[in-house]
Amino acid sequence: MENLNSYLIVSAILFTIGTIGVLTRKNVIVIFMCIELMLNAVNLTFVAFSRYLGNLDGQVFVFFIMTVAAAEAAVGLALIIAFFNNKESIDVEDINIMKW
Amino acid sequence: MSNVLSLTTFLPILGVLLLLFIPKDSKGVLRNVTLAVTVVTFLVSLIILNGFQTNAEFQFVENVPWIAAGPFVMRYNIGIDGISLWLVILTTFIMPIAVLSTYTAVEEKVKEYMICLLLLETGMLGAFISLDLFLFYIFWEVMLIPMYFMIGIWGGKNKIYAAVKFFIYTMVGSLLMLVALVYLYFQGLNAGITDFGLLHFFSLKLDMATQIWLFLAFAFAFAIKVPMFPLHTWLPDAHTEAPTAGSVILAAVLLKMGTYGYVRFAIPLFPEAAHKFAPLIATLAVIGIIYAALVAMVQEDVKKLVAYSSVAHLGFVMLGVFAFNVEGISGGMLQMINHGISTGALFLIVGFIYERRHTRLITDFGGLSKQMPIFATVFMIVTFSSVGLPGTNGFVGEFLILLGAFESQLRWWTIIATSGVILSAVYMLWVFQRVMFGELDNPKNQKLPDLNAREIAIMVPLLVMIFFMGLYPKPFIDKMDPAIKKLVAQIRVSSVNASVIPSPNQTMMPTGNPGSSMPAGHQVESAPAGHPAAEAPAAPHGAPAVNPHEQK
Amino acid sequence: MFDNVWLIPLFPLIGFLINGLFGKKIKNEAVIGGIGTLMIFLSFLVSCGILMQMIGLPPEQRVFEKVLFPWIHSGNFKADMAFLVDPLSVIMIMVVTGVGSLIHLYSIGYMHGEEGFYRFFAYLNLFCMSMLLLVLGSNMLVMFIGWEGVGLCSYLLIGYYFHKKSAGDAAKKAFVMNRVGDFGFLIGLFTLYWWFGSNHNIWTVNFVEIKAASHLLPYSGVVTFATLCFFVGATGKSAQIPLFTWLPDAMEGPTPVSALIHAATMVTAGVYMIGRMSFVFVKSPETMMVIAVVGAATAIFAATIGTAQNDIKRVLAYSTVSQLGFMFLAMGVGAFSAGIFHLMTHAFFKACLFLGSGSVIHSMHHALHKIHAHDDAQDMRNMGGLRKAMPITFLTFLVSTIAISGIPGFSGFFSKDEILWMAFANPYHGNLNIVLWAIGAIAACFTAFYMFRLVFMTFFGECRINPKAKGYLHESPLVITIPLMVLGTLAAVGGYLGMPKILGMLPNYFEHWLDPVFELANEYGSTYAHHGAHPSHAIEWGLMGLSVVIALVGIAIAFTMYVKNTELPGKFVATFPTLHRVVYNKWYVDELYDYIFVNPCKAFGQFLWKGFDVLVIDGVVNGVANVVMGFSGIFRYLQSGLIYNYAFSMVLGVVVMLGYFIFK
Repeated sequence: MENLNSYLIVSAILFTIGTIGVLTRKNVIVIFMCIELMLNAVNLTFVAFSRYLGNLDGQVFVFFIMTVAAAEAAVGLALIIAFFNNKESIDVEDINIMKW
Repeated sequence: MSNVLSLTTFLPILGVLLLLFIPKDSKGVLRNVTLAVTVVTFLVSLIILNGFQTNAEFQFVENVPWIAAGPFVMRYNIGIDGISLWLVILTTFIMPIAVLSTYTAVEEKVKEYMICLLLLETGMLGAFISLDLFLFYIFWEVMLIPMYFMIGIWGGKNKIYAAVKFFIYTMVGSLLMLVALVYLYFQGLNAGITDFGLLHFFSLKLDMATQIWLFLAFAFAFAIKVPMFPLHTWLPDAHTEAPTAGSVILAAVLLKMGTYGYVRFAIPLFPEAAHKFAPLIATLAVIGIIYAALVAMVQEDVKKLVAYSSVAHLGFVMLGVFAFNVEGISGGMLQMINHGISTGALFLIVGFIYERRHTRLITDFGGLSKQMPIFATVFMIVTFSSVGLPGTNGFVGEFLILLGAFESQLRWWTIIATSGVILSAVYMLWVFQRVMFGELDNPKNQKLPDLNAREIAIMVPLLVMIFFMGLYPKPFIDKMDPAIKKLVAQIRVSSVNASVIPSPNQTMMPTGNPGSSMPAGHQVESAPAGHPAAEAPAAPHGAPAVNPHEQK
Repeated sequence: MFDNVWLIPLFPLIGFLINGLFGKKIKNEAVIGGIGTLMIFLSFLVSCGILMQMIGLPPEQRVFEKVLFPWIHSGNFKADMAFLVDPLSVIMIMVVTGVGSLIHLYSIGYMHGEEGFYRFFAYLNLFCMSMLLLVLGSNMLVMFIGWEGVGLCSYLLIGYYFHKKSAGDAAKKAFVMNRVGDFGFLIGLFTLYWWFGSNHNIWTVNFVEIKAASHLLPYSGVVTFATLCFFVGATGKSAQIPLFTWLPDAMEGPTPVSALIHAATMVTAGVYMIGRMSFVFVKSPETMMVIAVVGAATAIFAATIGTAQNDIKRVLAYSTVSQLGFMFLAMGVGAFSAGIFHLMTHAFFKACLFLGSGSVIHSMHHALHKIHAHDDAQDMRNMGGLRKAMPITFLTFLVSTIAISGIPGFSGFFSKDEILWMAFANPYHGNLNIVLWAIGAIAACFTAFYMFRLVFMTFFGECRINPKAKGYLHESPLVITIPLMVLGTLAAVGGYLGMPKILGMLPNYFEHWLDPVFELANEYGSTYAHHGAHPSHAIEWGLMGLSVVIALVGIAIAFTMYVKNTELPGKFVATFPTLHRVVYNKWYVDELYDYIFVNPCKAFGQFLWKGFDVLVIDGVVNGVANVVMGFSGIFRYLQSGLIYNYAFSMVLGVVVMLGYFIFK
């Protein structure tokens, strides 16, 4: 595992793309995909470090994250569908009732 | 049959599970199943009543480990004695009636409503049977939520306000109680108590300052629930907005949590502090009696009037409980049941006419006697039970309360409180007259149907209890008597320990003045707070409480 | 027989249940009325049996207690559902069931055709049961059931014509005023119970036990407090000053009710209660004085009002208040048996008077109804000359009027004279005695005046009824006149049971009969200082003569004003308009009470509700909520509701935290 750095760089780039996507895009589904991208960037970092340090903990975490991500995708998509049913839109600017 | 108590408590939860499998559109099935569940619960509770031995001990006790988290050890510790027995029976008795009253009153979200009712029943039963402080607290909070939803979802025009007011009022008190409870627990840990079991704490010796603070916290929580003047304003709002069944349960059982809390927790846990605050609480109770009666007199809404009458009735209960003698506390306990029955019945009656006319304003009625003779008879009986006419249940409780309070050091309070019987007659008869007597001149009232079979079926058990308890209260008193005697002994022993100076004129009570112990009572109020129990200022209040006969 | 005493209240209870539950279905008036009457008559028979048995017993064995079942037992307190049979309660049950039976019978005729006929008989039976509980109760608590029970029935029966607002008001007023009295009763009970218990460890409310322990009671002091409280109870029930205003209003009820409840039985409960606890009352000279003064004041006060009323039943109502005043005067001067005696004779003649007035009203109403006139059937100004149309009613009415006026030979004379004599010669009140006697005598004069005024206005002179209706006036049916005749006879001869000793023709059976009951009270009473000044027989004869003369004067004035010279009343009113207006309006006592108690109470209630409950308490509660809301109103702007704002702040937070860790 000579070049850990390159893995980390790729991961950082992916994470940044994801973050910017979340912040700038208006389509909820795209935002959702960006979140997945961020999660996978983190996964990549975990695997890289796991290999680098010779410790399986990181990989275990990745499994957790993947499971949670799957569950989150299910719930999230369900929410989006429910929202679409109500408002006929998946534009994030229309999701503005989360306030007092 | 050793866990029949748990069975009673959690049968409604089983009912909830059953309801989940019934489609929400089949309202009839939902109602009937709920009714069946509550009836079965009542029948099971009769097994408890039947198996209850008339002694002072806790019975049907179940005590198993539950949660152990660090220093906190909570156990599933339940049981009943004569004090909680009748409240449990009252709860299971009222529930089928409450359910039956919703058959035509609630048409929306029936399933949710029924689930709320059943959850509420479990919560109430659990609170009455808990012998573990923490378990009690859990159930205490559990009750709150279904009631909140019942008011907030199925309520009247101003339901959100009422529901939030109810919730926050109660919550403020409960949180104080929680803090006090945890503090008490740590005091107990220092003294070697290992879990939240209530009985352990009875023998805990606390110094006066601690007692006062803890008592105040508990008393505050319970005073809100009772509700005592001046913490009562949530009640009229909650009652007016709540659906009929909600009002019935609220009046019949939920308010009893407060008074029960005093009898079971606040007083025996902190007897010296309770004695110290007795004059204050009695004053508030008496103010409540008179105040609520006067306010009830001028109400325009029947339901609000009944709500204020509750405040007055529970003032009597508090007065009786703080007499600290057998008669007073028995009267208080009886009055709790009586109030549950007669005020529950009054709310049902208001519900009947509300369902017919969709108004509760007194001025919208008049002359209904002519159109609804059965209703008139029922209303009249319940009215007189509420007024405390001898021969009905209301009298027995009220009489014992006043008698007990008169024997104790609260003599002058009693005299003022007794004038409440005049005022109660005034406001109840006045509303009865305006609703039932007079010309039937409002055209909308001229075609009102009389009570139907279901409504009569609802009222008959209540009417039977009104007369049964009025004419033959012996079984009720007998079952609770040993437990109350024990309680009285328990709180007296502690107060005698606290008193150092014996009353100077104990053998020779001055004959002229019936209020001879009054000066002593005043001294208590002016005594500086926070003195250790062993010091003199605690003595004067201890002494008058000791009647000569109690030393025989 | 004594053992069956519980049957006496049971029969009317059965009647109540039958008529109350099934009366609506029975419909047949004869059956309903028959059941009601039969039940109370059965009680009367049992009472007779008990009386017979008691006569056969020596006086000291004439006390019997029957415990039916334990009622309230808690701590030291014990009250059983138990009955006490002694000479006093036997007299009372005889009066209640006897007069009650007659009035039930009368009601069958009087209430004929009324809507809710069954309701009336059910209530009437319930009343009898309560009254019997009251007089038979062996402890204060059972007495109190009856005490409140009769109040309830009075409420129900006054409000019988509930569609009339005035009836509803009167019913409520009666109950509430009675409740004021009950308040006193309860406090008195508590005081006595507490005193005995805490000082002598005797925890009891039982009359027999209290009597046995009564020697422990001190004179005055706590006893004065307790007895004054009890007396407040008595004033409520027996319509004495200051709680008398409900009784005249109670005439809104049907006439048999006025006869039974508001003349013969219920209103005498206060007198009975004082008699029952005479051994306690005599221990407080202060209370005795208060009772005597209140009684005398009520007697004269109500009598003055009675002179100016035009409603035939209202005159009788004020007359009842006044006569009850006499009874209290008797109690207050320690003439217990005379008071009870007057209670009995009054039950006879006043019931007869009320029933007679009912018969008149019935006939008037009937006649006016025939011609569809809406004149007031109870107003004496519409009557006159009825003696020809209604001879039996007139005769019985006249006999009773003579009796109440205190003409020698009739029952009222014996009892009233005994009271006046005792007012003069009692050992309790010293110099006050002469005043008490004088007030009583003047009240007796007024009584004779207004009663004969009533008779003259109703039965003599020109017939002032609407001429068209005149032909329809007729005597009432037998079912109405039989009770009148029986009561009229009793009113005439009932007095011979208790002839004053001085007349000496017959022994005073009545006083001997009650001796075992009042012996102790008289013994306590005899210790008073004023004892010993025993006026001579000459004075007694003189006073008796004087009272007869006074009564005759009253009759003579009435005769002049209402028969011979009928313009006189008008002239009198014109001369003293203010006096007449004040008296006619009952000295404005009702208005005074409204002004002092009722209106301020309502206003105070309004203030507490709108001013205190809503403004102050809820103001604080909502104020706290509003402060919290105010703060959140500022902080809410942090919650834009837009996801990307939240996401941005999260990222910002991460960047800041990372920055901190990297550059710290």
